[in-house]
Amino acid sequence: MLSKKNKEALFNPLSKDNPVLVQILGICSALAVTASLEPAIVMGISVICVLAFSNVIISFLRKTIPTNIRIIVQLVVVATLVIIVQQILIAYNYDVSKQLSVFIGLIITNCILMGRLEAFAMHNSPWPSFLDGIGNGLGYTIVLLIVAFFRELLGSGKLFGYQVVPQWCYDHGYENNGLMILAPMALITVGCIIWFHRAHNKELQEN
Amino acid sequence: MNKNSNTYQILYAAVMVLLVGSLLALIYMALKPKQNENIANDTRKQILSALHIAAPDDSKVKETYEKYIIQDLLVDRDGNVVDSAQNVAFDVDMKKNVKLDDRQLPVMKCKMDDGSIKYVLPMYGAGLWGPIWGYVAVNDDGNTIYGANFSHEGETPGLGARIADKDFQDEFVDKHLFQEGEYKGVVVLKKGLKSTTGAEVVDALTGATITSLGVSAMLEDCLAPYKAFLMKLQSNTPAVVPESEINNNQPE
Repeated sequence: MLSKKNKEALFNPLSKDNPVLVQILGICSALAVTASLEPAIVMGISVICVLAFSNVIISFLRKTIPTNIRIIVQLVVVATLVIIVQQILIAYNYDVSKQLSVFIGLIITNCILMGRLEAFAMHNSPWPSFLDGIGNGLGYTIVLLIVAFFRELLGSGKLFGYQVVPQWCYDHGYENNGLMILAPMALITVGCIIWFHRAHNKELQEN
Repeated sequence: MNKNSNTYQILYAAVMVLLVGSLLALIYMALKPKQNENIANDTRKQILSALHIAAPDDSKVKETYEKYIIQDLLVDRDGNVVDSAQNVAFDVDMKKNVKLDDRQLPVMKCKMDDGSIKYVLPMYGAGLWGPIWGYVAVNDDGNTIYGANFSHEGETPGLGARIADKDFQDEFVDKHLFQEGEYKGVVVLKKGLKSTTGAEVVDALTGATITSLGVSAMLEDCLAPYKAFLMKLQSNTPAVVPESEINNNQPE
């Protein structure tokens, strides 16, 4: 079940081959949904589901898909899964779906999805593809959570919507940093994480 | 079979589209009732929030709403009630309603825990990026604002989106729509400015000028038509200060 190759497919994307930090994919949505932790988690879970299942479906179909229209087929599969996720969210978690309305639709254009389908699922059997999808989705989610943690803490003084910066700090002149809420600071935060990550992984450093 | 022949490709695409299309239609139909319920409950939450009422939990929103909202009314510009069927005001689609020449104005009549009567008036307008809407609850003196709630579709987080924050909404509490017997409304203006018409002023949000102006315009557009209705409420009110004004009980 978990041969060496499968383990690599699952665990490499968490750090050494992280889709956001190393492959620099999916940055756009990482900026958009990380103003607080809750939407970041929901986005992460949604991407994990969509990525794992689209990887499996494409992997099952890989021998039948005509080469000329493979990108279209991949897009259709991804778009279908995304619409299903969106409809389920509206039906069962309306508040979150309101916050994520635009971004869930944008999963379709999340470069991680097309990247993994084209690079992995088209050439591998379903089980490794499933693991690859889970791994990359998790790698993406971890980065979202780190960014969202700092943005929510410094931007609104909260974590998961609960106030963590005590009131007396505000009484003594502490202010939330409104810039952290905006997209530019998300980009800078992601940049800092990439810097930190590379500094600790010698094999990722270029000469 | 040759995977790259035209026939195979066309067939492949056609079958795929048919399958995917029917699958999505099926899911949409299966989830639709649940989704509509969520949307209606969200609207109920907003209306209750204008009345400073929070449902104990999400499953009780409808129950709480039905407990407090005792009657739905449609009034015309002269303040006459034209319809009072159940949910007749709740079911009004404000997006379409504000565009009509001959508008029927929805009013939700609400009875609070302390027995005082409030009237909730829905509004709909435009922000910077998309529609904004809201609810203003007015005391039964037809003059004092009891509470307000605003929502938006996609205003900038941290800027325009703050109209949905309690801090901003609470500024509307106890503002008066009439000055010396004349309807003036409430305007949203940059901090420190005075209204030229004599209306009471709410401070605009810093960095969100367009959204603030949008709220102001929405208040003007959507509250002014209720002028006759509000004046009727005033003439019905006894001269003494009604209980609702002294009593600031905020129910759970």
